[in-house]
Amino acid sequence: MTEPQTSPNERSALDDLASDAASRKRFLTMAGAGMAGGLAVLISACGSSDDSTTQDTTAQEPSATAEATAAAENGDIEIVNYALTLEYLEADFYAQVIDSGLVKDKKLVELAKSIGENEQEHVDALTATVESLGGTPAAKPTTKFEDVLSGGLDKVLLTAATVENLGAAAYLGQAGKIKDKAILAAALSIHSVEARHAAALNSLIKAGFKGEGPLNGSVPDGAFAKPMSMDEVLEQVKPFIAS
Amino acid sequence: MRDHELAAPELAHIRIDGFTRSAFLVRGAVAAGAVYGAGSVTPFVSRALAQGGGDVDILNFALTLEYLEAAFYTMALKEVSGLSADVKELSTEIRDNETEHVDALKAAIKGAGGKPVKAPGVDFGGAFKTETAFLKLAETLEDTGVSAYNGAAPAIESTDVLAAAGSIVQIEARHAALIRLQRGQSPAPDAFDKALEMQAVLDAVKPFVKG
Repeated sequence: MTEPQTSPNERSALDDLASDAASRKRFLTMAGAGMAGGLAVLISACGSSDDSTTQDTTAQEPSATAEATAAAENGDIEIVNYALTLEYLEADFYAQVIDSGLVKDKKLVELAKSIGENEQEHVDALTATVESLGGTPAAKPTTKFEDVLSGGLDKVLLTAATVENLGAAAYLGQAGKIKDKAILAAALSIHSVEARHAAALNSLIKAGFKGEGPLNGSVPDGAFAKPMSMDEVLEQVKPFIAS
Repeated sequence: MRDHELAAPELAHIRIDGFTRSAFLVRGAVAAGAVYGAGSVTPFVSRALAQGGGDVDILNFALTLEYLEAAFYTMALKEVSGLSADVKELSTEIRDNETEHVDALKAAIKGAGGKPVKAPGVDFGGAFKTETAFLKLAETLEDTGVSAYNGAAPAIESTDVLAAAGSIVQIEARHAALIRLQRGQSPAPDAFDKALEMQAVLDAVKPFVKG
């Protein structure tokens, strides 16, 4: 939302971090998650790099390159923690839906369980990813789905479709910002699964392929999916997060 | 170190080198199984990767797959008799999407200063004899399409091209899920979609490419 006035090829990893500072702060506060202090992240990020020349020189005298590398990893940690929070939210939602007994149809229960299992696997993988980057995984948010659950099955399915479409749009919105190619590959392998969930749920609520109806800007117009920024996504999941 | 591992040195840029330690852990965690590289070059691959330049190669690779998919649904809508209303509607939507992907990729290739590859000749065998056979191959093509984009995307250099590829792969994933539902299959059989290297994708679709 507040992009610095530089051309894309002049942007550095540090610019990216700086430009996202506001949303990062809001996000971390909201998700109740803390990240390790800047210095600790810098050191651990350098330590986990395979770039041995960088590693050797940074312990005493951080070079511009080392700082950029650390900033890149720092940015990736932030993105993975953002994804982790969304996955926590989704996993918890399906767990609560199944516990509530609202879903009676056997096939639907099966679908909710299998999607919930996918989300839990995403939580586990993303947690491991943050740890492997030397970061602190975002804490599991306390969720607020009471209104949804008391709204009955239709509301539950609409909410499921909403969070899945948001999830897909969220991953798409971050893809270009991920610096580490392997993390990008991992994010993409989750992104398309969120899209599969979204499509299945859209079809269940008869939202149609283009998600005509109350889905908020996260559904493709047709042949092309739309990315959403961190701010846009967090604004829409806020009602489901207590702390 | 990289070139001797590749049958085609001009494809060296497709390879991603220097995995970090964290990257290995990520790979272990998600079991993505992505291998970035290219093996032997068949005439089909040469055609799919006809142009020089990293992103243009990847875009032409994607274009070839989209041509194949667009032709597949166009033919199915004409040739499969007795399609149910639901399948017809879905297939029409998918055909239109794939055609838009073809147009967008051609424009992207030209925009990047490359030359779009030509549409391949196609042969889908007995896939149009019944709705069941059609949906079965549709599932294979869509799932393969998802894995193809997921495998190629990390090698994309331009953020714009990556955004375009991401925007398309999400649609391919949605197609895959909807076709799977029509077949009574789980829309998302795995928590992580596989990433396939280009060669594996081209091998997988080779039976449907003629000439």
